[in-house]
Amino acid sequence: MSGVTRVRAHAGWELRLLLRNGEQILLMFVIPIALLFALRIMQGGVINEQVPTVLSVSLIATCFTSLAIGTGFERRAGALKFLATTPLSRVDLLLGKALATGALAALSFAALASAAAIMGWRPDVDLLSLGAFVFLGGGTFAALAVLLAGVLRAEAVLALANGIFVLLIVFGGVVFASADMPPAIGGVVSLLPSAALCDGLTAALTGGPLPVGALLVLVVWGAASALLARRTFAWD
Amino acid sequence: MSPIPALMIEDLVVRYGDVVAVNGVTMTASTSQVTALLGPNGAGKTTTVEIACGLRSATSGTVRLLGAEPGTRAVTERVGVMLQHGGLYPTARPLEWLKYLARLYPTHADPSELLDLVGIDPSTHTTTRRLSGGEQQRVKLAAALLPNPEFLILDEPTAGLDPLARRNLLEALAQRRDAGTSILLTTHQLSDVEALADHVVVIARGHVVAQGTVADLTGADDAMSFSGPPRLELTGLAATLPGDFRVEEVRPGNYVAHGPPSPQVMAAITTWCAEQGVMATDLAVGRRTLEQIVIDAGSEPS
Repeated sequence: MSGVTRVRAHAGWELRLLLRNGEQILLMFVIPIALLFALRIMQGGVINEQVPTVLSVSLIATCFTSLAIGTGFERRAGALKFLATTPLSRVDLLLGKALATGALAALSFAALASAAAIMGWRPDVDLLSLGAFVFLGGGTFAALAVLLAGVLRAEAVLALANGIFVLLIVFGGVVFASADMPPAIGGVVSLLPSAALCDGLTAALTGGPLPVGALLVLVVWGAASALLARRTFAWD
Repeated sequence: MSPIPALMIEDLVVRYGDVVAVNGVTMTASTSQVTALLGPNGAGKTTTVEIACGLRSATSGTVRLLGAEPGTRAVTERVGVMLQHGGLYPTARPLEWLKYLARLYPTHADPSELLDLVGIDPSTHTTTRRLSGGEQQRVKLAAALLPNPEFLILDEPTAGLDPLARRNLLEALAQRRDAGTSILLTTHQLSDVEALADHVVVIARGHVVAQGTVADLTGADDAMSFSGPPRLELTGLAATLPGDFRVEEVRPGNYVAHGPPSPQVMAAITTWCAEQGVMATDLAVGRRTLEQIVIDAGSEPS
C-alpha cells in the first residue's frame, strides 16, 4: 500500500464530505459570486480590480476558515486520533487535506472566474505569478488553519476562524488595499498574509509587475505557521 | 524458551508535566490470548493503551508491539484499534467510512460483511452522529476488525452496549482469539473479563499491582483468603496448616491459602495471625471476586 494511494484515498474522503456540506458550498461558491455581484452593483468601477479581491476572499474562506473549522471538529470527534492508529501517517493526512483543499479552491476559482467572465471580466493573466500566489497563499492559510485547529477546542476554533476571517477581509488589506491606507498603517497591513495574497493576485491578474515583497511575506508566514503547526498539532 | 509476547511493556513511565500518569508499568500480552487491563478510573489504563497504539510518547521505558515500535507502519497495518472516546467522522455513513478505511490497509475484510457481523445495516444512510451510542460502538468495532488484525486493542469495547450486543461482541472476540488474534482490552465490566480473559493485569496509581489468570487473582475455588499487613513471613502459617495447603501473598497485603476450607483451617489462620500480633481482615472462604481486587487496588494507600 503506497503513500500515494493513502494520500489519494484521504483527499477523496475529505472532498466527499466537504462537498456534502451545505455551509461549505455556500462559503466557497455562493458567497464569493454574491460578493462580486454586490461590488459591481455598489461600487461599479473596474471589474479587473474587483475579481482579485473576491478571489482572495474565496481562497481565505476555503483554505483557512473552512479548513480550520472542519479540522477542529474532526479533532473533537476523535476521528483524527483514530486515523493516527491506522497506516495513514500525519504527512499523508496533511497532504490529503492539502489536495482536497486545493481541489476545492480550484473549483471555487473556476466558478468565480466563469461568473466574472459573464460580468465582463477580461484579465491580463501572468499564469506563473498567479500559480505562485494561489499556491503560496493557499498553503500559508492552510498552515494557519491547521495551527489553530491543532491546539484549540473546536468551539474556540469556530469563533476564532470566523473572527479572524472577517478582520482580515475588512482590515487586512483585502477589501481596502494596503496601498490606499495611511502609510504607517498600510506598511503594517502589507505585512499580513491577506494583504500579500490580494496584492499578489491583483498583480498576477492585471499584468502588473511581480510583487516580490508580497511573495516574501507569504513565504515567511507559511514557513513559520507550518513549523509551529508541526510542533504543536495534537490529535485530540 | 517462551515465545515472544505480542505486546511487551517494560518499566513504562509517562509524565504530563508534574503529573505521573504511568509509573513503571511492566506487563506483557501473549500471542493468541485475551489480556484484560483493569483498574479504577485514573489508574493509567488508557494512557498505557494509547502508548501501545503509538498515540503518545513514553517518558521512559520500552514498548514493543508485534516486535516493533508502536505507531510505525510495520505495526499500524497489522493492528486494529477501538478508542474509548470518539473515533468516527460525525457526518459519514458507516459503510462509506469502512470503505475509505479499507483503502488504507494492504489487506482487509469486506466492509459490508463486517457491518452485518456487528449488527449494522450496511445500506443505512444514517450518519454516525445520528446512530445510538451502542450502534456507534459497533461501527467502531467493525473499523477495528477491518484490517483482519493480528493484534486488537479495545478500550472499553462493551460500554453502551445492550446485553445481547454485549454477548455477541464477546463471542466475536472469543472467535478472533481462537483464530489467532491477540487482544488487549480495558473494561469496567468484570464479568466480561471472567468470561473472556486469559490474562489479567490490574493497574492502580500508574503501576501494576497484580497480574495473572483470573483463577490466579481470585484464588481457586478451594481457598481461603484474608488481608493483613504486606510481606508477612508465611512459612510459620504454612506449617500450621494441613500438608496439602499452599499459602501465598497474591498482592501486597492479600493472602490466599489454597486447599479445602474447614473450620479448623480458619481457626489456624486467625490463631497464627493473633500470634503475630496481626489483625486478619476480610477473611473469606472461596474465591475473591475481580471486583474486590479492583476496589482494593483503588483503595490501597500509595
